[in-house]
Amino acid sequence: MPKRTDIKTILILGAGPIVIGQACEFDYSGTQACRALREEGYRVVLVNSNPATIMTDPDLADVTYIEPIHWRVVEHIIEKEHPDAILPTMGGQTALNCALDLDKHGILAKYGVEMIGAKADAIDKAENRERFDQAMKKIGLECPRAGIAHSMDEAWGVQKKVGFPCIIRPSFTMGGTGGGIAYNPEEFESICIKGLELSPTHELLIDESLIGWKEFEMEVVRDRKDNCIIVCSIENLDPMGIHTGDSITVAPAQTLTDKEYQLMRNAAMAVLREIGVETGGSNVQFGINPDTGRMVIIEMNPRVSRSSALASKATGFPIAKIAAKLAVGYTLDELGNDITGDKTPASFEPALDYVVTKVPRFNFEKFPNSDDRLTTQMKSVGEVMAIGRTFQESMQKALRGLETGKSGFDPRLNMDSPDARTKLMHELENAGAHRIWYVGDAFRIGMTVDEIFALTKIDRWFLTQIKEIIDIETSLEGRTLKSVDADEMRDLKARGFSDLRLATLLHTTEDKVRARRWSHDVYPTYKRVDTCAAEFATSTAYMYSTYEQECEANPTNRRKIIVLGGGPNRIGQGIEFDYCCVHASMVLREDGFETIMVNCNPETVSTDYDISDRLYFEPVTLEDVLEIARVEKPEGVIVQFGGQTPLKLARKLEAEGVPIIGTSPADIDRAEDRKLFQEVVNRLKLLQPKNGTATSLAQAVATAKDIGYPLVVRPSYVLGGRAMEVVYDEEDLRHYFAEAVKVSNRSPVLLDKFLDHAIEIDVDAVADGTDVVIGGIMEHVEECGVHSGDASCVLPPWHLSDAIKQQLVKISIDLALALNVKGLMNVQLAVREDKIYLIEVNPRAARTVPFVSKATGLPLAKVAARVMTGRSLKEQGITKQIIPPYYSVKEVVLPFAKFPGSDPLLGPEMRSTGEVMGTAKLFPEAFAKAELAANCPIERTGTILLSVKKSDKDRLAKLGKLLEQHGFVLEATTGTYNTLHEAGVKVKHVNKVYEGRPNILDYIKSGRYSWVINTTEGRQSVIDSRELRRNALRYAVAYTTTLNAAFAAIEALPEDEYHNVHSLQELHAMIK
Amino acid sequence: MVSSAILALADGTVFKGKAFGALDVTTVGEVVFNTSMTGYQEILTDPSYASQIVTLTYPHIGNYGTNEEDVESSNIWAMGLIIRDLSCIASNFRSSSPLSDFLAKYRKPGICGIDTRMLTRIIREKGAQNGCLSTDPKMTEKKALELARAFAGIKGMDLAKEVTTDKIYNWTEGSWELGQGYIDQARTEWNVVAYDFGIKRNILRLLADRGCKITVVPATTPAQNVIKMNPDGIFLSNGPGDPEPCTYAQDAIREFLNKGIPLFGICLGHQLMSLASGAKTAKMKFGHHGANHPVKDIQSGRVFITAQNHGFAVDETSLPDNLKPTHRSLFDGTLQGVERTDVPAFSFQGHPEASPGPHDPQPLFDHFIDLMRAYRHKA
Repeated sequence: MPKRTDIKTILILGAGPIVIGQACEFDYSGTQACRALREEGYRVVLVNSNPATIMTDPDLADVTYIEPIHWRVVEHIIEKEHPDAILPTMGGQTALNCALDLDKHGILAKYGVEMIGAKADAIDKAENRERFDQAMKKIGLECPRAGIAHSMDEAWGVQKKVGFPCIIRPSFTMGGTGGGIAYNPEEFESICIKGLELSPTHELLIDESLIGWKEFEMEVVRDRKDNCIIVCSIENLDPMGIHTGDSITVAPAQTLTDKEYQLMRNAAMAVLREIGVETGGSNVQFGINPDTGRMVIIEMNPRVSRSSALASKATGFPIAKIAAKLAVGYTLDELGNDITGDKTPASFEPALDYVVTKVPRFNFEKFPNSDDRLTTQMKSVGEVMAIGRTFQESMQKALRGLETGKSGFDPRLNMDSPDARTKLMHELENAGAHRIWYVGDAFRIGMTVDEIFALTKIDRWFLTQIKEIIDIETSLEGRTLKSVDADEMRDLKARGFSDLRLATLLHTTEDKVRARRWSHDVYPTYKRVDTCAAEFATSTAYMYSTYEQECEANPTNRRKIIVLGGGPNRIGQGIEFDYCCVHASMVLREDGFETIMVNCNPETVSTDYDISDRLYFEPVTLEDVLEIARVEKPEGVIVQFGGQTPLKLARKLEAEGVPIIGTSPADIDRAEDRKLFQEVVNRLKLLQPKNGTATSLAQAVATAKDIGYPLVVRPSYVLGGRAMEVVYDEEDLRHYFAEAVKVSNRSPVLLDKFLDHAIEIDVDAVADGTDVVIGGIMEHVEECGVHSGDASCVLPPWHLSDAIKQQLVKISIDLALALNVKGLMNVQLAVREDKIYLIEVNPRAARTVPFVSKATGLPLAKVAARVMTGRSLKEQGITKQIIPPYYSVKEVVLPFAKFPGSDPLLGPEMRSTGEVMGTAKLFPEAFAKAELAANCPIERTGTILLSVKKSDKDRLAKLGKLLEQHGFVLEATTGTYNTLHEAGVKVKHVNKVYEGRPNILDYIKSGRYSWVINTTEGRQSVIDSRELRRNALRYAVAYTTTLNAAFAAIEALPEDEYHNVHSLQELHAMIK
Repeated sequence: MVSSAILALADGTVFKGKAFGALDVTTVGEVVFNTSMTGYQEILTDPSYASQIVTLTYPHIGNYGTNEEDVESSNIWAMGLIIRDLSCIASNFRSSSPLSDFLAKYRKPGICGIDTRMLTRIIREKGAQNGCLSTDPKMTEKKALELARAFAGIKGMDLAKEVTTDKIYNWTEGSWELGQGYIDQARTEWNVVAYDFGIKRNILRLLADRGCKITVVPATTPAQNVIKMNPDGIFLSNGPGDPEPCTYAQDAIREFLNKGIPLFGICLGHQLMSLASGAKTAKMKFGHHGANHPVKDIQSGRVFITAQNHGFAVDETSLPDNLKPTHRSLFDGTLQGVERTDVPAFSFQGHPEASPGPHDPQPLFDHFIDLMRAYRHKA
């Protein structure tokens, strides 16, 4: 039966901002869904608040709303667009929750909108733990012993039944937020209290602990005729107890016999049928007792998920695309398998002839004081996937793809340290971000597989594979490169050893290993991901490297461009860069080039096999890129779109003869190199904050005296403001310096005069060497000192005079020309007392490119990609800056809630994971919308706690008066109280923590405040006020840590952020 | 020191790898590939692989070892095993012996460390190849090629006769359950005679589960001997080789059809029933060997994911009027199932007994029971 014809318009809900547990895999799925449904002739209306997504490109859907994913907002969109159906399964938990809200509030019924893909009842049955457990019992499947609690009393009741340790999970939170494992009553109580708060339904599931059990997942797809297929099985290397998003996972399952596999397959399908997922993809998770094989169902997600994105990339089976088509009535056998060129249908189960390994990427270093052990709550911020013909090969490729300075199983432990063994035992038993390397170390010091198994419960199969790698490493000790013959070299490479790792082991350089390898004729061969283990021929060029006999790369003779992707997501380098890479590939494909993508991030759109002509799913390292360039011989390689990852390789690639297009690596370096850049600045007569460079503490202290405090200090060559700090005195500086040297690898530390109370500006521009066009000028809402990636900003600027704006344009143009920019450039500036200071210039794609493109309708990355292939701006008809007649606000989302113990104070180090956009006629409404979209809706009533820093006190009176006018009750700590009181603002004094009880913490905990406004500066003050912010975070009180943001929120108070909705297409049509 | 192994194909391709399983053994056969990612022990012990050397396309084999339970017969019938990587450890709570030892016990050679994807591509493009696999350290490329080319091929070979049981026996063991192993059947309701052309035990287990009192008879058992047993139904098993030369079986089947006794055939049994009904069979290019094959039930439109293992197929254009197609492969459109319109007889090309593979088409066994019930009712 073909597709439904009673449906014309379909509303798709996106996932909103990137947060931990819900990342760009939903852009991948949503993009597929939009394309799949439009291909079928449906009118697609999309809602997603995240401007950095490909899915919100104005030509992906018929109508695109970058609006908050809140049922009240979506209601207005439904009212306006009259969709016949809503597809809620593509946008993660956010979309499901919103769809359930729409259903619950009768909106769907009111407007006659049908939920397709999953019905409300099925979603509820899958997510409501009690109903889910009953459903599983009904079909004879076991769940872990468990109970539900809605209060602490109920929780204790359940605990008695399941014992210790037990696992606690709040309902309806994504990535398992707020969950944990309790080994004793104290831990139990603290996790339960937090979980009850975080769960929107105030519900906890308390499970018998399956810690140490093996964990598996199955990706199931079902159609209307009840045809079911398993797309992929996944085995977690890390056993139960660690969230699957934080686990190293392997596809397909490695240690199940067919009998056990089929039991699981049958169970997975039975779960879908019983839950009532009529069409689409779902993910079912299993725990297996390693000693008895006893199988329990952990959970199921009635939607596409992070795992389904991984499964799609691992198999070549596009789950989201197929799920979208099944939702409109197709059956699996009516749909073709793209990869085999539709020669076979989608109703089959992919056969793999390779091993896929996914390794999560963590960012704990950005959240000092938070617990960095892995638990049932997801904490990783990205992931890397690698494909190899063997586990060893894929594992080692994944490790080097992570870009954490590892080229394989590099030793982690300092063996000379007296407590090395104690540390090792701890790391093995209590997994942190680096456990896999500690496993390597454990073998190095002679521990046995059984000993390591006892501590880690990692299956012996995986342990033995790692042991073999370490044994080989050990056998290379004392050897020379020369002694490695061709056969041994081939064997080492086939096991996944990188040239760099071999260089370290053989005490030589990567270049020498490569030269030796090439002289032995040892080159990688490329194999295709074909869904069928070579049973059918494929023309789809989705490839991975291995070291075997036959190479299937079959490069063409076309004009081709390689786009280097950004590798795993991490804070500071995320979806925005993938967006740029995808745009480059799309537009150059349009221009007739063959485009070749190189990337290793399974969550992304860029690693969708049909985005580029060819996809190499490979680590973005020098070795891997050089080999691809050797095979493909491209006309150009684009390095400026994928963030630091490819940029770091630019010089070396160029030196090896790889043609880098766009701004030259030398010019890129010039902008990064202080001295060289200084020359440009002087020549252009630009103002810079006074600055200096130091390579030692003594030098830093002297330089600091010369510049004057406060200072911004940072190591050179970083992205995302890693280890960037504002220091207010010498003590701060000394403290910082000890740590900075560690992170900066002996490269110098940069010191800049901190421009407090300045307005920070971002400018994105595109240049072709002759002309420069400004993409957008963004004014930060937060004052200077907050990393631009963590600041909210508005385009066009809201407070700047025309004269300033003109000067900003001129400076940007001058810089672009002076730096020979060919492509994108981002300039950061500060405006203080009508003076403009240059902070930094980056001749590459910036995080803001997608936001600017959405706000102005000018696809900057596409324009830049064309410039790089020689098409001038004039030729492209891009001649002038677009200033929209409306305001767009970008707001960020921060992951502090996932890192209990961390300080949510904004600063020069970036820590946000994602962004949203709010658009309206004027700034205040746009800001209110952005706040709502970021899930921090503006507080309009209640009691506010104010505690602000000295330097903010001159603006405090104004703030206090405004808040008073808006009807808030004000309370303040001593200094703030005094200032407000003197200004005649009605305010009550409250104690700081050390001033006696009851104090501000008591009040926060008792729910007295609806909003906390706390600004602070200086090391000691930050420490003193940390508990205030941590508790605001913990007790989910709205908090603001800059005065500017507080003023912006006040401006937004009279607005109704739920009411007006504008499609991107409507907005862009307003631009003349 | 690992010893070396050699695989030579009739087309002249030679692969050199590492030996495992039985060393010092040279074997010839038809080289085929199977894309199942699990179930190597069941595959090796499936009699349908007689005279074939099996390539498994999934690269890691041996991960979960071998055990006493996951066998489909009492022997390894495949002539040899070709894989990319032999697991250095067997990790599974049921494992009792590593794969290499299991092969060695049955004197079967294995080769690993070769580009099995390249081998698969060759078979895909050129068709299943006659080959020689040798773990004899003295084997030369030249000699191996000669042996490969000297192999006559499976076309025209009656292998059922070679793998069948030599005496009649009864079967009472039912399906496997986690933690309990194989469970003996609780009841017997249907008197079923199963022809062993190379029968897989899981077929017998599924019949036992459904209350069949099973008598397994040798491939060449004359019809009269079976009819004397007064069966409610007759099962025609899977098996190796070319169905055409098995004229003794076709003759017997024709008699059963004439008598209207319910018949259920799987794989070779399906081909034999079709031949007995007047259809034709042909050798396929490289056959179907895997656990992911979609097969459509023509009447209901439902799609089963099935296990497949056949190198011959019934030509749909040759079907007589009283033989109706019931199933087709969605991979290549080949005929996957038929039923007689005049008598209660049907057959299926794939493997509803799975083992290894998905259980989707198991309802076919229930259909057989239904036919027997109707037959008994009529009588």
